[in-house]
Amino acid sequence: MPLIENGRIGEDAWSFIPDGEPVPNDRPVIISFERWQAERDSFEGRNARLGVRLKSGTLAGAIAEDLDRFSLVAVEFAKFRDGRGFSTARELRERYGYTGEIRAVGHVIPDQYLFLVRTGFTSVEAPEGTNQESWANALKEITIAFQPSLDDTQPLSLLRRKLKVG
Amino acid sequence: MSAKDRSKEGSMKAITANRLRDGEVVFLGDGGRWVESFAEAALFPRDEADGVLAAAKEKAERERFGVDIYAFEVVEQDGVPVPATMRERIRTAGPTVRTDLGKQAWGKQAWGNQAA
Amino acid sequence: MNHIAPGARAGIYHYDEIDRQFVAERVEQFRKQVDRRLSGELTEEEFKPVRLMNGLYLQLHAYMLRIAVPYGVMSAVQLRKLAEIGRRYDRGYGHFTTRQNLQYNWIKLEDTPAILHELAEVDMHALQTSGNCVRNVTTDPFVGAAKDEVVDGRVYAEILRQWTTMHPEFTYLPRKFKIAISGAESDRAAVRIHDVGLLARRNDKGEPGFSFYVGGGLGRSPFVGKLVREWVAQEDFVAYLEAILRVYNQYGRRDNIYKARIKILVHELGLETFTREVEEEFARLRGPKYRLDPEVVEAIRQHFAPPPFEELPDHSDALERARAADPAFANWLAVNVAEHKAPGYAIATISLKPAGGIPGDATCDQMDLVADLAERHSFGELRVTHVQNLVLAHVKKDELYDLWKRLDDAGLGSANAGLIGDIIACPGLDYCALANARSIPLAQAISARFADPVRQRTIGELGIKISGCINACGHHHVGAIGILGVDKKGTEYYQITVGGDPTLTTAIGDILGPAVTETEAVDAIEAIVDVYLANRRDGAERFVDTLARVGHAPFKERIYAAD
Repeated sequence: MPLIENGRIGEDAWSFIPDGEPVPNDRPVIISFERWQAERDSFEGRNARLGVRLKSGTLAGAIAEDLDRFSLVAVEFAKFRDGRGFSTARELRERYGYTGEIRAVGHVIPDQYLFLVRTGFTSVEAPEGTNQESWANALKEITIAFQPSLDDTQPLSLLRRKLKVG
Repeated sequence: MSAKDRSKEGSMKAITANRLRDGEVVFLGDGGRWVESFAEAALFPRDEADGVLAAAKEKAERERFGVDIYAFEVVEQDGVPVPATMRERIRTAGPTVRTDLGKQAWGKQAWGNQAA
Repeated sequence: MNHIAPGARAGIYHYDEIDRQFVAERVEQFRKQVDRRLSGELTEEEFKPVRLMNGLYLQLHAYMLRIAVPYGVMSAVQLRKLAEIGRRYDRGYGHFTTRQNLQYNWIKLEDTPAILHELAEVDMHALQTSGNCVRNVTTDPFVGAAKDEVVDGRVYAEILRQWTTMHPEFTYLPRKFKIAISGAESDRAAVRIHDVGLLARRNDKGEPGFSFYVGGGLGRSPFVGKLVREWVAQEDFVAYLEAILRVYNQYGRRDNIYKARIKILVHELGLETFTREVEEEFARLRGPKYRLDPEVVEAIRQHFAPPPFEELPDHSDALERARAADPAFANWLAVNVAEHKAPGYAIATISLKPAGGIPGDATCDQMDLVADLAERHSFGELRVTHVQNLVLAHVKKDELYDLWKRLDDAGLGSANAGLIGDIIACPGLDYCALANARSIPLAQAISARFADPVRQRTIGELGIKISGCINACGHHHVGAIGILGVDKKGTEYYQITVGGDPTLTTAIGDILGPAVTETEAVDAIEAIVDVYLANRRDGAERFVDTLARVGHAPFKERIYAAD
């Protein structure tokens, strides 16, 4: 599936390994949070990068203690209308100080991209055949925001700020 | 509605949607064509309606023609087919409190000028 | 874009270039979203929340577009634009809502970007008037004018309007989120039936702060908002709200639309646990990033500076002469006019409830007239109330008679504010895709039955509120008399409740007995009124007080005696 980064389709170095399948040790992989809970000891001493995928109902606090083990946290949107992931990303960044990649997976639409970036996501897994133009445009079409967030903004006052145009 | 009318309730169904681009209430007419007036709506026996609905829905969605596509019950009143529920009568005619507006104002409904 | 100055003296937030640029960008964004829907890039499922976030619903007959009137205050120029849009794109009228907004009923999707573009010319929009986001923040319709005002709610409502506009974290909440603020001694904003209700007050030092009530709401399961924190200082105002929203966004139910509002979360977690979660989040958010800077508050406050009131004697000879000479005017004065904080001025309520009329509807010609009158008599500004009336907040007492005559000529002079004819009714089955029964015809029949203004005044304060389904947009739960439309095998029936109260002593009404037909409902209301008048003490006891004293029995007996 196409990976969206900085408004463009980018290279995806990661692959998701479904539960039960063997985990390769020589390349970056994402495993489920449930697998991590069940098999965490088996990842001791792993050198290649590890990512974890959270279901939409799994909140940031569940993984907080282990965040230093992961270079990527994938946050699932079961339905694009289910906005819990926005809080999850924000909590990961603001409350738990996570600095690795946060990726939106599942059902998200370009119309949410700006919100994703502003709450701390770094990449989005988009569906096959997605219109790249809509993702690029989503970072450019609105240049004003009314609240501080995790993106790079230039405050005009406490309430209003100029968004850095993607 | 009289007892005689009620006995016929549910015997036929019509298929309706709102047109995507302007929201206008439309009905599936003969030959799969969408029409604005209930008088031109095709009526389907109950057991055929589900199949017709599924096909019409798939086509209307694919062609981005209509949304909220569903079938509703039609009964006969004084020899004229009339939607069975107040909701569908109002949708088919217009607001009962503004008879100058909606299809009733343009003569695009099947029966008199009252939805009730 | 052609920009039209919306009126320098009106007590609205005045946009600058940045605000205008934002709204213009948002209009363009929506234009593209409509194009993407029509081209098939967005499915209806994906488009629906996007259009709702721009106030666009699909109703029974067409699309309905709900325009935001922030905290119910707008300028005459803005109202004139609403009239113009109603003529050009709709059917020559609009409907004022209990959320202090305005909606059109006959809109075409393909016209919507053009309409939003026209609205932007007068600094208006339809943003967040629907959808699972923070909706238009409402406040006291007498804000900035009422004698009992302690804090100007517009200032904080505007701060929240900005803060919640396209909030990246809280635009896909479990369900809609409504906030109301009251800054006066009497609550005219029904704060405790909102998701968050704020009572703005002042401490011993005169500093503003807020009591937070959370989890109020009507609908299928009515709840009265619970006090979560007695005092939140001004600087923590935004941080505390952010904490509440974050707890809600994470823990609010998403498995059942009927259990997704914050009231259910508060109820299921219990007040103590909910409060602990909020306080924990708040403690972390209490840094400089979320601190509401007094300078920002001051900058916003300047938009709502009092208009240039003249120094006038409080007594008006002209008014007294007119009162003595014209009994109909005297009646309107007694019912529809409230005290103003500035001597020689008064607050006038324009009733949108003529006997037999559709509650909250106004023709575009009436809108134009009200805009003219607002310019002539009230510094070019007016308000929409949550009971679906309009208010001119700053009228010279000397000019009240002229104002009333012009209103009365246009069918806007009804003297029934707060009386039995001042009915709240949702659009009901005549327009709404969710309704089970019609609301408007019943409202029309009741107001026609009680058309006599003298009889209405004799009955006194008595709110009737009608909803056409359990979603309770007509606030029937908090009506002194509430009416809920239900569908029984294709026939409309109406369930009557009594004893509701939308003010700070908030109460949910109790069901009086089995549902009745529309005709029976009108007779039942009259019977309730008769029983009340026969039982009330000193000729002045309020309906709710008589009811509390005598109980349901005498009312039930009269209504259901024949059964």
